[in-house]
Amino acid sequence: MGQTIAEKIFAAHRRDTPTPDNVVLNLDVVLCHEITTPIAINDLVARGMDRVFDPDKIKAVIDHVTPSKDSKTATQAKIVREWAHRHRIKDFFDIGANGVCHALFPEKGFIRPGYTVIMGDSHTCTHGAFGAFAAGVGTTDLEVGILKGVCSFRHPETIKVTITGTLGNGVYAKDVILHIIKILTVNGATDKVMEFVGPVVDAMSMEARMTLCNMAIEAGATCGICLPDRVTAAYLWPFIQGDYATLDAAVADFGKWYSDADAHYAGTLAVDVAGLAPQVTHGFKPDEVMDVSALAGTRVDQVYIGSCTNGRIEDLREAAAILAGRKIAASVRGILSPATPKVYNQAMVEGIITTFMEAGFCVTNPTCGACLGMSNGVLAEGEVCASTTNRNFNGRMGKGGMVHLMSPATAAATAVTGVITDPRPFLQQAKEVKA
Amino acid sequence: MKEFGGPAFVLDRSDINTDEIIPAKYLTENSKEALAPHMLEDLKLEGFDPRAEKLRQARAIVTRGNFGCGSSREHAVWVFEKNDIDLVVGESFARIFRQNMFNCGMLAIELPREDIDAIIALGPDLTLAVDLEKNVLMAQGSHKAAFAFTLNPFDRELVRAGGWLAFADAHY
Ligand code: SF4
Repeated sequence: MGQTIAEKIFAAHRRDTPTPDNVVLNLDVVLCHEITTPIAINDLVARGMDRVFDPDKIKAVIDHVTPSKDSKTATQAKIVREWAHRHRIKDFFDIGANGVCHALFPEKGFIRPGYTVIMGDSHTCTHGAFGAFAAGVGTTDLEVGILKGVCSFRHPETIKVTITGTLGNGVYAKDVILHIIKILTVNGATDKVMEFVGPVVDAMSMEARMTLCNMAIEAGATCGICLPDRVTAAYLWPFIQGDYATLDAAVADFGKWYSDADAHYAGTLAVDVAGLAPQVTHGFKPDEVMDVSALAGTRVDQVYIGSCTNGRIEDLREAAAILAGRKIAASVRGILSPATPKVYNQAMVEGIITTFMEAGFCVTNPTCGACLGMSNGVLAEGEVCASTTNRNFNGRMGKGGMVHLMSPATAAATAVTGVITDPRPFLQQAKEVKA
Repeated sequence: MKEFGGPAFVLDRSDINTDEIIPAKYLTENSKEALAPHMLEDLKLEGFDPRAEKLRQARAIVTRGNFGCGSSREHAVWVFEKNDIDLVVGESFARIFRQNMFNCGMLAIELPREDIDAIIALGPDLTLAVDLEKNVLMAQGSHKAAFAFTLNPFDRELVRAGGWLAFADAHY
């Protein structure tokens, strides 16, 4: 019987099979940030096991609260910083070089097809966009990963999600994944890998594929995964050109990870995106999704553009296309957090930062920011935020706050009007002006 | 092996996420003990009071489906551990939460909906006991009832070893 891409990665990394339904995998990369790593470090120190399995395979960043906002978060950063120095972890990203982990690490070329990746962060599934098996884990798993370079998983049953049709103007990867989560529900893919295939995925940039895989966890999935192709190879080319004679050779080599035609899937889902409208969440679960029209007119107090879901350069471009020459509503606080310094810089070069600022947005440094209400951009009781992030849980952005998840374009259109708004007419107008 | 069970508290709702179990604002704590007072602080559940005396006395939680969904934070397990709750019985668990429970040597038992219905029907004065040899959960409320469960062999190993770190250190 053939194998899926996840099964091939498991086979190539199998360290042990302690019981028939569990596999202990060797890890290629262990990613760390300052929220879940300090307790792992403290525990290792307390046990007299303050070691790392391989400093070159550990990457660390301070991203959730940066600059530190109080002595507690300063201590978290300090613990990670000192630990990184102590163990000569050279890929450690501190203020000035830091950005949201799931945007920063791929940008540095750390994630490659066929890799096994863990991080103490549920959105680690983002990295599956590169054809890697990447899973969020808890602190104990992280601790063992740091110490031993291994992690245990159940056999990776896979749901094949085939995406066909053509995305309409103003409809993006974010809308597609919200639509898929609505179909699967918040636990429809629990313990499963979601393999995204089909012409729509093939046509997506790496940025869009990361958005797609980022929210696989919101359907409960262990990992979202895309087959690594020419788009993947081109993105990674600066980092892999020493390994391959040509781009074609890299693409051909990536083919070894492709799921076999006779691979077994635990389930399949066919999604036709033709005619899909921009999607927006309501309520407190990410599967509570509606067409934008159903929520149009809902008043918002804040618009947040950023995060590991939608804080990359393409996202900023999409929002800027709507904001150009416009002002955000007086009733709205607009906040942009470019996900990484590279994104920030590119946005400056392209004039996007100016567009945002002239529209009335505040631009913060690269950080998780308002996404989880731990540092800046926290909502007051009863306030509403239109957000490009991935979670609308009760209290996520501040106690008593309400978050509506949407694409950067929908968020930008919403910022302009002050109420949830379909971005498509704005894009139409932008086109007419250009013509 | 460790004994699991004691007075149980029922959270009769599905999809209780980790933000509800321990809000993100407490993730800046660098000790597990500091989390303890904030267990289930933001839980949205009709009539639920996170300061209820019954919850303070609980040694086990009974709940519905997809418990512990959302973030990977092991804080959601530690906050139970530090309140002396090391058993959660539910219809199903989010993967990371379940793995975190066993990684800490704690017990997450899955039972079909009818069994959870039956346990909840035993009323508010509920006590649970686990027989890990026979794979049976005993529930005592308005009357007594027993429920068979299955445990993944590896998860059982982790409970036996006292968690994943101890297991991994011995094996790898
Ligand atoms: S941006 Fe939000 S979801 Fe992404 S890693 Fe940061 S806190 Fe988590």
